[in-house]
Amino acid sequence: MNINAAGMHFKDLNEQIKAAGKEAVIDHCMGQRYIGSGLAGKEIVIHGTPGNALGAYLDGSIITVYGNAQDATGDTMNDGAIYIAGSSGDATGYAMRGGKIFVKGDVGYRAGIHMKEYKEKSPVLVIGGAAGSFLGEYQAGGTIIVLGLGRKRPVGNFCGMGMHGGRIYLRCQAPPADLPRQIIVKKAEKEDRKAIEAYIREFCEVFECSEKTIWDSDFYVLRPDSKNPYHQLYTQN
Amino acid sequence: MGINYLYPDYEVVRNSGRCIACRVCERQCANEVHAFDEEMNVMRSDDAKCVNCHRCVSLCPTRALKIVKTDHTFKENANWTGETIKELYRQAGTGGVLLSSMGNPQPYPVYWDRLLINASQVTNPSIDPLREPMETRTYLGKKPERILRDQNGEIAYNLPPQLTLNVPIMFSAMSYGSISYNAHESLARAARELGTFYNTGEGGLHEDFYEYSANTIVQVASGRFGVHKDYLNAGAAIEIKMGQGAKPGIGGHLPGQKIVDDVSRTRMIPEGSDAISPAPHHDIYSIEDLRQLVYSLKEATDYKKPIIVKIAAVHNVAAIASGVARSGADIIAIDGFRGGTGAAPTRIRDNVGIPIELALASVDARLRDEGIRNHVSIVVGGSIRSSADVVKAIALGADAVYIATGALLALGCHLCRSCQAGKCNWGIATQEPELVKRLNPDVGSERLQNLVHAWEHEIKEMMGGMGINSIEALKGNRLMLRGIGLNEKELSILGVKYAGE
Repeated sequence: MNINAAGMHFKDLNEQIKAAGKEAVIDHCMGQRYIGSGLAGKEIVIHGTPGNALGAYLDGSIITVYGNAQDATGDTMNDGAIYIAGSSGDATGYAMRGGKIFVKGDVGYRAGIHMKEYKEKSPVLVIGGAAGSFLGEYQAGGTIIVLGLGRKRPVGNFCGMGMHGGRIYLRCQAPPADLPRQIIVKKAEKEDRKAIEAYIREFCEVFECSEKTIWDSDFYVLRPDSKNPYHQLYTQN
Repeated sequence: MGINYLYPDYEVVRNSGRCIACRVCERQCANEVHAFDEEMNVMRSDDAKCVNCHRCVSLCPTRALKIVKTDHTFKENANWTGETIKELYRQAGTGGVLLSSMGNPQPYPVYWDRLLINASQVTNPSIDPLREPMETRTYLGKKPERILRDQNGEIAYNLPPQLTLNVPIMFSAMSYGSISYNAHESLARAARELGTFYNTGEGGLHEDFYEYSANTIVQVASGRFGVHKDYLNAGAAIEIKMGQGAKPGIGGHLPGQKIVDDVSRTRMIPEGSDAISPAPHHDIYSIEDLRQLVYSLKEATDYKKPIIVKIAAVHNVAAIASGVARSGADIIAIDGFRGGTGAAPTRIRDNVGIPIELALASVDARLRDEGIRNHVSIVVGGSIRSSADVVKAIALGADAVYIATGALLALGCHLCRSCQAGKCNWGIATQEPELVKRLNPDVGSERLQNLVHAWEHEIKEMMGGMGINSIEALKGNRLMLRGIGLNEKELSILGVKYAGE
């Protein structure tokens, strides 16, 4: 079902999406917020620019955006996939618990903040371009991959601040110089690369680019050295 | 080994004439204070480990035990008190931030105790609640500004979602993790029996407790622990936690040792990993941003649930509440600086925030002045200790109150303020299975119901005395209050007259 979103209030648009069948194609999307919020089992295609909190609490739907997304894309999403053929704003993938987000271009500040994981449920955020500062802040689980395609450096400042779980892969020739002390950084070895092969393949299939070009570079993996970063901070009183 | 500068705070006094060396105290103390000396056939105790929780005292079959405050003292000094000196020693020894639990114990003024309630004499009749119907039912949520009618003149239903409370008392947010499974079960069952609500806190909702969802408020905090579609839909309302009275402006760290199997699954983080809720929501830096989270939650739950925004009582609370009331929130919860916590830095708990009485009075007045009081309901917490506090809070303008410390006391808490250690001998603030099972949810939920029923009856008595038969008529009725021992400024903020006026 096609929905012309030009000039439509978000509440009306989201009602129509919920009422539509399994598939919904939104044309002329103009910043309407909360598209796909909490939805399961849908396939939503968006032409234009969705507003903040696209796919918040997403529970298994697939959202494809032909354009840029704004802030808090995939906030607390649980399952499903979001593909963004452009860039995405701040706090992309905030507190993701599961599912996948693929962004062809860049993401803003604090992408992947608070990502979690529990046993087999492990979220993935793949960024084709560069990420802003505070990537993976308070990250407690999951995988963030930044490819830095066509960018001088893959991340801004303060990458991995407060990170205490999960993994960040950066495709670059040298890791950032300002990593916090609790981060252990190492060059990706064979098994590290193997662990993200499927995601790189999916990225290349969706956004039509060459897998070979992507692998033709070093990757660095960031992991925290402790699950208890605040252990030494307190004195019982 | 360095010198231990700290003399124990308490002394375990054992009456040897009564002690039968049954070793109950030894088995009951998770802090390992008591031990049996086989050679001498007597019980010994290590005072230094005692937190004064009274578990051994309560279970001693011969009443052979009592705990007393030590009379060991520093040289008297009104400025450098013993507590201050000991805290300094602790920090000099470890370099750590002082960590405490439960509410602010410092001797700040308690305004509830400086407010007096009115009663009818001669000129208007008081009401006997045993004989006449008294209405304590309260509805929380946004109230429509006007009645809408359709073309036939019939009233069109335009009431936003409401929470229905049989008594204006709810159990405040305490996460699964900070308190035990059995404590949560006690609260959930009591809330259902009482026709009120308990609050999950930010630790997610254990799968066993979805059956209590009609009486559950689910919380969304900055760490987003345990938040997913089913969780949001399970709640009767959703509370966005912006702040907490015990620690305004800072977040929470649940230490990895409390992230055991079930807690780990409920929060969705690996076992043993710290659960970190940062100070701010990193997607909320303004009222407009708050509005966005409010509406993303409304969208995710089809506008069927009221959204509560919980803030700590801080200096500009009235202006902040005005913003919150315009954010689309249905209910504002305000937590005063005496509110409890499972763990907070001592300095923050004891020095940051303002009393709930003043915050409530100024928020209610501000929202009335701006003509937006009916856009939101107001719920207050942060040390509501009795039914008299409830009546005073409602007369100052609250729609309902949150209790948490009071609820834990009903479950057996003795306010030893050692929750942060995770070794609660009463089975409340712990995840150790041996300790958790000491709290029987059958008994716990019954004690909670007893407490709220008793308060409900007292509320009705006080209302009846004022000649008021409905809680609605008490709400914001500050003429029913008089101040005692307050200065002009305090009276003006509270909006009450002095006793005798």
